[in-house]
Amino acid sequence: MELNKDLVAASATPLVLAILAEGDSYGYAVIKRVAELSRGHLQWTDGMLYPVLHRLERQDLVAAKWGVSETGRKRKYYRITKQGLTQLAEQKEQWQAVDRTLRGIWMKAAMA
Amino acid sequence: MAGRGQNASWNLDEGGNGMNTPNDLAALEEQISQWRDYLRRRPGIRAPDVAELEDNLRGQIAMLTDSGLEPDEAFLVAVKRIGSLNAVSLEFAREHSERLWKQLVTAPDGDEPESNARTEALVVLCVALAAALAIKLPELFGLQLNGGDWGFYARNTSLFVLPLLTGYFAWKRGLHAAACVSLGVVFVAAAFFANVFPFIAKSDTLGLTALHLPIALWLVVGVAYTGGRWFAGNGRMDFVRFSGELFIYYVLIALGGFVLTGFTLMMFKAIGMDVQWLTKAWLVPCGAMGAVIVGSWLVEAKKSVIENMAPVLTRLFTPLFAAVLLVFLFTMVWTGNPIDVERGVLISFDLLLAMVVALVLYATSARDPQAPPDLFDWLQLLLVTVALVVDVVALAAISNRISEFGFTPNRVAALGENIIFLVSLAGLAWFYARFLRRHSSFASLEWWQIAYLPVYSVWAAFVVIVFPPVFGYR
Repeated sequence: MELNKDLVAASATPLVLAILAEGDSYGYAVIKRVAELSRGHLQWTDGMLYPVLHRLERQDLVAAKWGVSETGRKRKYYRITKQGLTQLAEQKEQWQAVDRTLRGIWMKAAMA
Repeated sequence: MAGRGQNASWNLDEGGNGMNTPNDLAALEEQISQWRDYLRRRPGIRAPDVAELEDNLRGQIAMLTDSGLEPDEAFLVAVKRIGSLNAVSLEFAREHSERLWKQLVTAPDGDEPESNARTEALVVLCVALAAALAIKLPELFGLQLNGGDWGFYARNTSLFVLPLLTGYFAWKRGLHAAACVSLGVVFVAAAFFANVFPFIAKSDTLGLTALHLPIALWLVVGVAYTGGRWFAGNGRMDFVRFSGELFIYYVLIALGGFVLTGFTLMMFKAIGMDVQWLTKAWLVPCGAMGAVIVGSWLVEAKKSVIENMAPVLTRLFTPLFAAVLLVFLFTMVWTGNPIDVERGVLISFDLLLAMVVALVLYATSARDPQAPPDLFDWLQLLLVTVALVVDVVALAAISNRISEFGFTPNRVAALGENIIFLVSLAGLAWFYARFLRRHSSFASLEWWQIAYLPVYSVWAAFVVIVFPPVFGYR
């Protein structure tokens, strides 16, 4: 099953924020984590993650800093900010609301 | 999509030999560096983004090779996972829309390391300062800019700045010493001819020298611009493009300069001081000189970044000029009024023809030589033909005037220029007609234009060198 494009785009922000809430990370690791968590259902084109990260950075939801990778190359690390955590909490509520609504209607349909 | 062709070249077709030999890794590095260069040229993507995406690419490749893929296979898969570069760069551009605007001076483009750009900025600053100060140098020897030595400055203006501009390009293009010396000799000769003649104050020949010397010397700048290889490749057409853009930049900088001058005067007036001496003796002349260098540098720095303005303006004004010239011709025929050849009118007709030649030249410089003829080409031919007719009428008027009132320097200069434009326009019309009837390629039209360029400068040099003595420095 492959997710609809709009849904992928809409879930990008909470997903990235949630992963960063687990701990600081960098682009490729975030992508790996997404694949892991969704068991391959969420297929991101790798290149698309970076503009999202940059947007979050501009909105002060994450902070970025250049570091060095294990192999000694330049790497940009991302960390979630306080605003990011607040935003994540809000998004969580919204998604849960959507989830509850859908669950309710589908449960009814299953019982009917 | 531009990305496809590039992808093909990444595809190394060596069969897998089961081991990651140093050769494999070197090939991988080569592929990555090609990919990086390619990515760097995308709009909206900056060097740090490339580094970030490269980190991702390397992560993917490492994971894929660990799971058993050959490096080149891993590379292809990893590139695919990054996604279509068009889509990705579009996404970057959407997030950083300001980048599409601000690329002008902020960052050096791509391949050039930042330190080079900084060195260049420093050199430009020094050269611009030198040009600004050079115009003040003669005052140390008692030649007053705003006083009675107007003639000296009029003759020599181009000599204050063009050698410096030439020097900048000689430095930038790494011109070898012999070429530098010969360009230097030309400037020395120019200074000689501009200053050795005993001009009568405010004479016609002095005015002609002031007007023609920059045109003659512009060719020298061109030689330095093309790195000493005037005849090789596209250098000449690039120089034409450069000249047009520089003109536009110069006008814009001058507008800014006017505003600055106006505010300076206004502010100091508000506290009861008249600083006209400052603006007249320093701000305007020094700014005018320095702006040539700074403008040139800006054109150099941005040439690949922003659409060139000169061709855009050309597209706008070609139809308008054609229409005005047509109306003018019809009116002249209708009313039967001959061109009244006053001195000022003569010069403006020459300027008009220069304008038409320039319009066609810039339209050519921006046109894809492979494209088939279109409506705009017909418009160009119309413009050229009408200008040709106007030129012939003006020529007849000048000859008339000369046979009636005799030779003066201005009349002969105007006559000469008219003939030069006549030949140029006739050539243009001929090549355009051939091109439109598909008898020859667009390239031959282009060839005619750039081959003809030195003629203007040679004629200008002729006016500077021969006219004053022939006409007795009147």
